[in-house]
Amino acid sequence: MSSEADQIDGGRRHFLLVATTVTGIAGAALTAVPFLASWKPSARAQALGAPVEADISKIEPGAIMKVNWRGQAIFVVRRTPEMLATLDTAEVKNSLRDPDSEDSIQPDYAKNEARSLKPEVLVLIGVCTHLGCAPLDRFSPNDAELGATWRGGFYCPCHGSKFDLSGRVYKDVPAPLNLAVPPYRFVNEGLIQIGTDAEVA
Amino acid sequence: MSVTLETGGARKSSRMAALVDWIDARFPMTRFMKEHASEYYAPKNFNFWYYFGSLAMVVLALQIITGIFLTMNYKPSAAEAFASVEYIMRDVEWGWLIRYMHSTGASMFFVVVYLHMFRGLMYGSYKNPRELVWIFGMLIYLCLMAEAFFGYLLPWGNMSYWGAQVIVSLFGAIPGIGESLVEWIRGDYYISDITLNRFFALHVIALPLALVFLVIAHIFALHEVGSNNPDGIEIKKLKGPDGHPVDGIPFHPYYTVKDLVGFIVFAAIFACVLFFAPEMGGYFLEHANFEPANSLQTPEHIAPVWYFTPFYAILRAVPNKLMGVVLMGLAVVSFFFLPWLDRSKVKSIRYRGWLYKAFLSAFAVSFVALGYLGLQPATPGYTNAARVFSVVYFAFFILMPWYSKADQTKPVPDRVTYHAH
Repeated sequence: MSSEADQIDGGRRHFLLVATTVTGIAGAALTAVPFLASWKPSARAQALGAPVEADISKIEPGAIMKVNWRGQAIFVVRRTPEMLATLDTAEVKNSLRDPDSEDSIQPDYAKNEARSLKPEVLVLIGVCTHLGCAPLDRFSPNDAELGATWRGGFYCPCHGSKFDLSGRVYKDVPAPLNLAVPPYRFVNEGLIQIGTDAEVA
Repeated sequence: MSVTLETGGARKSSRMAALVDWIDARFPMTRFMKEHASEYYAPKNFNFWYYFGSLAMVVLALQIITGIFLTMNYKPSAAEAFASVEYIMRDVEWGWLIRYMHSTGASMFFVVVYLHMFRGLMYGSYKNPRELVWIFGMLIYLCLMAEAFFGYLLPWGNMSYWGAQVIVSLFGAIPGIGESLVEWIRGDYYISDITLNRFFALHVIALPLALVFLVIAHIFALHEVGSNNPDGIEIKKLKGPDGHPVDGIPFHPYYTVKDLVGFIVFAAIFACVLFFAPEMGGYFLEHANFEPANSLQTPEHIAPVWYFTPFYAILRAVPNKLMGVVLMGLAVVSFFFLPWLDRSKVKSIRYRGWLYKAFLSAFAVSFVALGYLGLQPATPGYTNAARVFSVVYFAFFILMPWYSKADQTKPVPDRVTYHAH
């Protein structure tokens, strides 16, 4: 007569233990999916994040308009020839961290010197690439606070990041990248739509 | 009632004993009270620094109770949150008191927890066999930071808003997944009503539950190994004929009474802040938070509440975004490794040499200095100072395996230092 211990099939017990544990973990992981996914932007948030149109015909040269898209300020600047002239000198480029926007975020059609579809109209997401503060527009050169070398651009009050008139970030500031350019397209000469791509349209 | 009137004292106490027996046969009430209070033997040489553990529990209870009452009038929606806090402050009976107790309690929580942690550093309370006590404590600290962060968004003031924006953006520094992670945390393309609503859920349900669970684990782990003391001597090594440590006294009534004295002093200080300076000149409640959240307008000067500023100063001191975030995280996480970084033979600072004392002092000075610098604007001078203090801060941890071992320690006596009064 064998004892009870002899009759135990250790291999079988081990197999059952591993099989049920793995199944249980897989089940728990799959159950977690709906909970984790519920944190993604909801259908309503996505609908509210739909493209917005902005009438840019009334922006004076050298002035800025702020449009609310997805709760962020979108900067639309009508740049003057003088402002555009500050963008492409070698001296300017040497002082920028990413002058050709290689690492920065923008649609392909805005990956150019002026970072825009039309050089005179600049469209940027007004959120500092450092920690998300709202940069201020300081377009006039020789700004009292920013010094005599300031050529005009954007300045973030939180941690002192500086950007040029194309939203390109200067060296030696905390922000790592140029201000992002949102997807946008011209509906007609005086109307842009923010949130849709020129290619798609 | 008529039954007790008719019966004598002896009869009453025997009925009471019968009730206790009845419960004990069904629930370990008496055993639990003995294990954790009347027969938990704590070293008899506890000093001033040993108040802060029990005070932290008192503040936790205060935060939970005031928090429950605040939720009865608070509205977690972007449209109503700011106004509902003003409503609590102005129109709800005693609402201002409950709200100020909660906001003052948040800062006082960090005051007592920082002192409690510093006690641990001084007396080596994280060392073998108390590694798990320390780790549970650190998890409590992490939970507390998350709790404070989520709670700070709820009043929906402009500093709430931009504080949340900056802290959530930190996750954007993670390569590859950063931006989608930030969107997932916010549940929207910006800090919105959705974000506020979920931060509320985390603040009032998820994190308090985790906190309470961790506090229980912290105390159970402590009572399993026994309390450390200012001499860093294991009192369990020397037991009397009754089986109890000769240098131990029952927690109740000795330390419950002592802690009660500490509580009264703490309550007096707490009341002074509560009634005379609930905003603490902008340190406990920041000025920019008295205007509603505005997603298009950043406050002129963004600084977190004082208890986060040491880490914020480290973040700003690093010129690279990702490295700044990583170092800030490490500044918190480093504490977890203390039990294994410390190679000293002795626990308490009383028996350590000048090396450890020098490093601990430099660390404490750096922590306070970074806390100050984190409140200041990031001018080049302040940033350079923050860099120096950040190096000292991390040197405390990185060099610990060396200096804790190289240190000239003094012999540790068998009995604790104790002068009877």
